[in-house]
Amino acid sequence: MLFQDYRTDGFFDEMFAEGDRVRPHYRRLYERFRKLAPDDFEQKRQAVDLSLWRQGVTFTVYGDAQGTERIFPFDLVPRIIPSTEWHFLERGLTQRIRALNCFLHDIYHDQKIVRDGTVPEAYVRSARHFRPEFAGIEVPRNIYIHVCGTDLIRDDQGQYLVLEDNGRTPSGVSYVLENRIAMKRAFPNLFSNAGVRPVATYPKELLKTLRYVAPGGKEHPVCAVLTPGVYNSAYFEHCFLAQQMGIEVVEGRDLCIRDRKVFMKTTQGLRQVDVLYRRIDDDFLDPTVFRKDSLLGVPGLVGAVQAGNVTLANCIGTGVADDKAMYYFVPRMIKYYLDEDPLIPNVPTYLASEKKDLRYIMDHLPELVVKSVNESGGYGMLVGPKSSRREIEEFRDLIRANPRNFIAQPTISLSRHPTYCDGTFEGRHIDFRPYILCGEEVSIIPGGLTRVALRKGSLVVNSSQGGGSKDTWVLYGDE
Amino acid sequence: MILLSRVADCLYWLSRYIERAENVARMVDVNLQLLLDLERLDDNRITAHWEPLIRSTGDDPLFYKLYRQADSENVTDFLTFNTENPSSILSCIVTARENARMVRDKISTEIWEEINRLYHYIRSQNAKKLWASDPYDFYREIKQSSLLLQGLGDSTVVRDEGWEFLQAGRYLERAIQTNILVDIKYHILLPSSRDVGGAIDALQWMAVLRSCSGFEAYHHIYGADVQPWNVAEFLILSENFPRSILFCLRSLDARIRAISGVREGHFSNRAGKLAGRLLYELNYSSVEDIFETGLHEYLQELQLRTHDIARELYEAYMFFPVVDLAREIEEQAL
Repeated sequence: MLFQDYRTDGFFDEMFAEGDRVRPHYRRLYERFRKLAPDDFEQKRQAVDLSLWRQGVTFTVYGDAQGTERIFPFDLVPRIIPSTEWHFLERGLTQRIRALNCFLHDIYHDQKIVRDGTVPEAYVRSARHFRPEFAGIEVPRNIYIHVCGTDLIRDDQGQYLVLEDNGRTPSGVSYVLENRIAMKRAFPNLFSNAGVRPVATYPKELLKTLRYVAPGGKEHPVCAVLTPGVYNSAYFEHCFLAQQMGIEVVEGRDLCIRDRKVFMKTTQGLRQVDVLYRRIDDDFLDPTVFRKDSLLGVPGLVGAVQAGNVTLANCIGTGVADDKAMYYFVPRMIKYYLDEDPLIPNVPTYLASEKKDLRYIMDHLPELVVKSVNESGGYGMLVGPKSSRREIEEFRDLIRANPRNFIAQPTISLSRHPTYCDGTFEGRHIDFRPYILCGEEVSIIPGGLTRVALRKGSLVVNSSQGGGSKDTWVLYGDE
Repeated sequence: MILLSRVADCLYWLSRYIERAENVARMVDVNLQLLLDLERLDDNRITAHWEPLIRSTGDDPLFYKLYRQADSENVTDFLTFNTENPSSILSCIVTARENARMVRDKISTEIWEEINRLYHYIRSQNAKKLWASDPYDFYREIKQSSLLLQGLGDSTVVRDEGWEFLQAGRYLERAIQTNILVDIKYHILLPSSRDVGGAIDALQWMAVLRSCSGFEAYHHIYGADVQPWNVAEFLILSENFPRSILFCLRSLDARIRAISGVREGHFSNRAGKLAGRLLYELNYSSVEDIFETGLHEYLQELQLRTHDIARELYEAYMFFPVVDLAREIEEQAL
């Protein structure tokens, strides 16, 4: 019995409400999994791992000379979101990406929001990914973030909160699709009456989005995925998406710029490209403008963008909107541009560069999570309650030396989810990354990447730090 | 459909490396078996048996940098697992997979998964164990995987330009490898001139046939008698045997013409010109010409011209000059 010793331990559990009552939307799954023998489950788990391994759904461990490859651990207990909850999330996320795109257009044009004092100018100017050289440039349909991966968490009351907006080059969507396929292979009978909405339409929606933003509304634009290359840990995803969309995966060396237009080098000569779904960070895009030593990018690419001859998705300079300090102002942006109240709240956040906040942070360091505004992937972070006094003091010095670089948040007790651990189910903390596409309309695939911190008690879900993932089911109904 | 030059290059090398891995496996396998038929095995005889394998590919300097003696274990290790040898089976498979990984979106899932499986297999302890205990089975696995990949290609890959590059790579490499396999016979010294045309000579020619999977086909055409000139004619000039050099070059010529879109007997670039010209010469050659020139000399000339085709093919379709970043930056910054 896999659920026999399951305890919620006072956390918000996705599957069980108070008194170990199974939540309605999990009932069918619970009935099915309750009857599974641990051996059967283990067998299925191994079969899935082997199949992922065979398919090469792996990432290369950085800094490993042997080229060691790992699969991203996949947990077979799916996370389920009922329809009503999903519709709420959809509305909240749509509102958010609309506001972020308004903000980006404003910040690269008139900066009304700054002049009105709603967002202090100092924060914009000091944001590392702000690209002043991009001011005044028109982008097709005024869309800057075409693909967004907003990280959501739930607190101890089950309240959804936005943890961060990933508006540059969010990754992980291929796992959403692969996890679903793996899940269907492992439990073919589970899906027939579970009422799970499909996720396989994502590549089609993505391509639609890319075409919509072609320069000058061009009717049959040539789109391509721009990848840093085979050594990038997300290379598998770049190929996966390109293949499903039926477009080319190109590296910087496959492209050249002539007359401020982008061309691919093909066996039959040069061929113009209109839209690049780029998975290379701004810094590496174009050595004539950004990092001079970058061999990944294409010299002259920024010039082609400025001339309006190619569209990049996402646009250059979107990082100013997902800066961890700017995050603090997103609820204000929603109010400012849309005149709406934010549906999904932020995690309460303290800015170390604000005097009042700094004092609070310094007084409460052992209770807070402190994040460096420029790091991601779980690096450059202090989890107060889980840190030694020395680590806390080290961070105190870092914060004092450069307050603009830090924000602090209360430690949120992330929701937990039954997860297969060594022959039984145990509660593990999870988060959630839905993928939001912004083209002619905002479209969000019903599902997303649920990441799970596999280490007992851990709150860090990143794959580089012992995280895994789950299939995420969005239901047609509420149970 | 468009095809990136880099992608064409990857597809071409992917199949070349798989074909090469298969042929190295064939070569080592047959020589291991041949060893069983030899009598009076001392160190000199063993070296004389193995050295031709590394000499025929010109790898002997590299080999002697890495090993002291050309004995069974060292040579088979060199040709199978040594990563410093770019043509060892392991190196070929690693490179093939690297190429496949870059063009995953262009090959079928089945092909990718088989290459991936082969890669993980040959790097595993199981492979090493099998190799040590039952090399025959080990090399058969490598051959079979390559043949499986060809079958998968046949039945799962769209016949577009990418397919032509896969095929061009395969036949080009096979022409080169068959050439090497036949030429090995030249490097194997017979114990004495009395043995020419004798039992050992025949045995060695039979080994060459078997390494090309041509044993049965040969007998079907030429009868039981294994004669050197017959074997040479068969492996170089056979119209119908799919591993003969003529057959491979004819397939290569057809692929090159398909890529450049010209009719038979015509060309639009140097690769097509060289391939067509060589093919016509072979079409009008007979085994007498080969022995007049000398088998080894003939094969060497053929090999050089095959490499010329490879170089021109690369120039025509897969090569784009390395970007001079500094110059490009300067130009684009204007």
